[in-house]
Amino acid sequence: MQLDDLNAIAAKEKASAKKKCLRTCMSAGCMSSRADKIRDNLAAEVKSQGLDSEVEVRRVGCMGFCGQGPLVGIDHEDGREELMEFVKPENAPDIVRSLKGGECKVQRGDPQHPFFAKQVRIVRANGGIIDPESIEDYIAAGGYQALHQALTEMKPAEIVEAITRSGLRGRGGAGFPTGLKWGTVAKSPGAKKYIVCNGDEGDPGAFMDRSVLESDPHLVLEGMAIAAYAVGADQGFLYVRAEYPLAISRLQIAIKQARQLGLLGGGIFETPFVFNVDIRIGAGAFVCGEETALMASVEGRRGTPRPRPPFPAERGLWGCPTLINNVETFANIAPIINKGADWYASFGTEKSKGTKVFALTGKIKNNGLIEVPMGIPLRQIVEEMGGGAPDGRKIKSVQTGGPSGGCIPAEHLDTPVDYESLTKLGSIMGSGGMVVMDDSTNMVEIAKFYMEFCMEESCGKCIPCRAGTAQMFHLLEKIAQRKATPRDLAQLEELCDMVRNTSLCGLGQTAPNPVLSTLRFFRDEYEELLQPELHKNTGDLKCQVAAVADKP
Amino acid sequence: MAAKTLTIDGKQISAEEGVTVLQAAEEAGISIPTLCHLEGVYDVGACRLCLVEVAGISKLLPACTTRVAEGMEIKTESERLRNYRRMTLELLFAERNHVCAVCVSNGHCELQTLAYSQGMDHVRYDYTFPRWGVDTTHRLFGMDHNRCVLCTRCVRVCWHIEGAGTKNVAGRGGKSWIITDLNMPWGEAESCTQCGKCVQACPTGALFHKGSTAAEMLRDRSKLEFIVTAREKKQWIAAD
Repeated sequence: MQLDDLNAIAAKEKASAKKKCLRTCMSAGCMSSRADKIRDNLAAEVKSQGLDSEVEVRRVGCMGFCGQGPLVGIDHEDGREELMEFVKPENAPDIVRSLKGGECKVQRGDPQHPFFAKQVRIVRANGGIIDPESIEDYIAAGGYQALHQALTEMKPAEIVEAITRSGLRGRGGAGFPTGLKWGTVAKSPGAKKYIVCNGDEGDPGAFMDRSVLESDPHLVLEGMAIAAYAVGADQGFLYVRAEYPLAISRLQIAIKQARQLGLLGGGIFETPFVFNVDIRIGAGAFVCGEETALMASVEGRRGTPRPRPPFPAERGLWGCPTLINNVETFANIAPIINKGADWYASFGTEKSKGTKVFALTGKIKNNGLIEVPMGIPLRQIVEEMGGGAPDGRKIKSVQTGGPSGGCIPAEHLDTPVDYESLTKLGSIMGSGGMVVMDDSTNMVEIAKFYMEFCMEESCGKCIPCRAGTAQMFHLLEKIAQRKATPRDLAQLEELCDMVRNTSLCGLGQTAPNPVLSTLRFFRDEYEELLQPELHKNTGDLKCQVAAVADKP
Repeated sequence: MAAKTLTIDGKQISAEEGVTVLQAAEEAGISIPTLCHLEGVYDVGACRLCLVEVAGISKLLPACTTRVAEGMEIKTESERLRNYRRMTLELLFAERNHVCAVCVSNGHCELQTLAYSQGMDHVRYDYTFPRWGVDTTHRLFGMDHNRCVLCTRCVRVCWHIEGAGTKNVAGRGGKSWIITDLNMPWGEAESCTQCGKCVQACPTGALFHKGSTAAEMLRDRSKLEFIVTAREKKQWIAAD
């Protein structure tokens, strides 16, 4: 495989394009509403109406407007785009007839709606457009050009420098500078190094990584290959949770296709570079999203974290230097190499560059997946793009960062969405879950929900997380049942501080965040539920004993 | 090997490169409370009792897995650390059924000793009183899960000193428990060599010699030390 071959594949693919295209979203969300049947019916209908030569029926990945699914996009000859919402398999004849000017009663969406218009699509550029099971489609969209450029025109250090200059930060949640991490792995001594892609997305309400893997698997593979070249690794692992069977199957297809074309394996683009990727399927533990637990799981051991340092960059898989990045981080690499670090750095704020994909869910009109430039005010996301809360209710708070994050109250909606601003409000950017809550939401219940999640998902290795989350959950339950006193609340706060500062890994260290942030902004909701103390003056037992002893 | 100089609790000490803060402190006569640490097996940093403050690092670090570095300034005692240690112990006591008066290890128990030394006079959390069973199917030993603190010392000695790999952890979170082989009764675990190292390693009364009654269970760590010394230093004599 050389550049000419790559361009030939792209040219052939483009030449075979038909005048019109019916794109059926076949991501997990729409698939659950029979999108496969819709695609089959559309294909059969195109054939029976004799439109075979001019209409292509294509399987595509996530279009983003998940709340209105199943979705079918229509590309007309003149470049006009239509979006069909809530499509049913039996709508197929109508939709195909409409291509010839017939009437179609299926609800149409507005492709110019702020939900779409305000997006900047870098990671999701191909989502909903290309067939995720066709490497030719990806190549026609400019795929694997970045890998070619990296391998033939750039030195590994230049790639690390470009990623550093782009300002890209880890999209898994913590926001560690990606270039710095790559540089550390590149400089760590060792003949054998590994690349790991963390696809163990587990935050409740988050589905960004799943969508990227289902819609554009080659983008992630290409990013991993470039990373491997930059740090000197020859083996990659894609760690994907077992709950994402569609993503796993599309990745398997993608890896096979890339191997067949010589884009994975030995001598890629006729250079000495060797890179292989294997999939590792998670067994259903949230904690395996933590990098040291993930590595233990990849090695075939019980997925529990270990203390850092040593960091994976020094001692990772089987003791070798290992680069671990999140799915979305890898998906940003090829665009950065293609269009340049400065282009990428032109999006976002001073310290948070580029775009971020969010899964917008909860009490909001427009549910779905969006990619927005960093620094966009939260209000624009939830009110303009999301359309606000349904049923005329008011937005009360927006939860970001899942069980490690916090709730941002409505009065702070003008906060720009970047790493620092969200941290300042006691929440975090997180991996991209964004759950909107309206004024009917009980914040104590929210805190309890997340605490229960952390308690259930604690691996049990360290005491503060294992036993501390259980006690915190118990105290929250007590408060919710109106059985708690102010002393219980004080004890809860004390435990929050202790679990945050003494737990072994990020799961425990951030588990108190939902409680702390709801306490910070909605403390009155907790206090309303408290019962008066039975004994007012039992705070200090020693004083009382002393007082009794002093009596003659 | 190069030596490092560092300060622990205001005391200037030197330590060999590569040793842990815990080892350096012990050498200097400074004791740091531990529970999951056991001389001779690798450390996991799980119990969080040995957390210390290191100047310039915002996070607390476990002394058992942190290596010494030149110029480190370490504090092993502070109001904050004392408070956290006490809370950790209280969480343990509330988690399972630790009833000293009827326990085989009463008086010889590391958890009990820690509670005394850290000034834990009562438990402020609600006891959870879980219903864990007792496995007495083994010919020589018994396991009372109610007294287990999940320190995994038994698992580590079984895998890394005896090399049998009988003991393991199953489940997750507060529902984790120690299993033998593929979660079968201990007496039916074929890989068990009956060496009893797990029993010697246990800090509480969870693992015991059958037939011992309240306060009778004494541990003999010398066998563990003997093997570790033999393996690491090639000395086939008892450590002391």
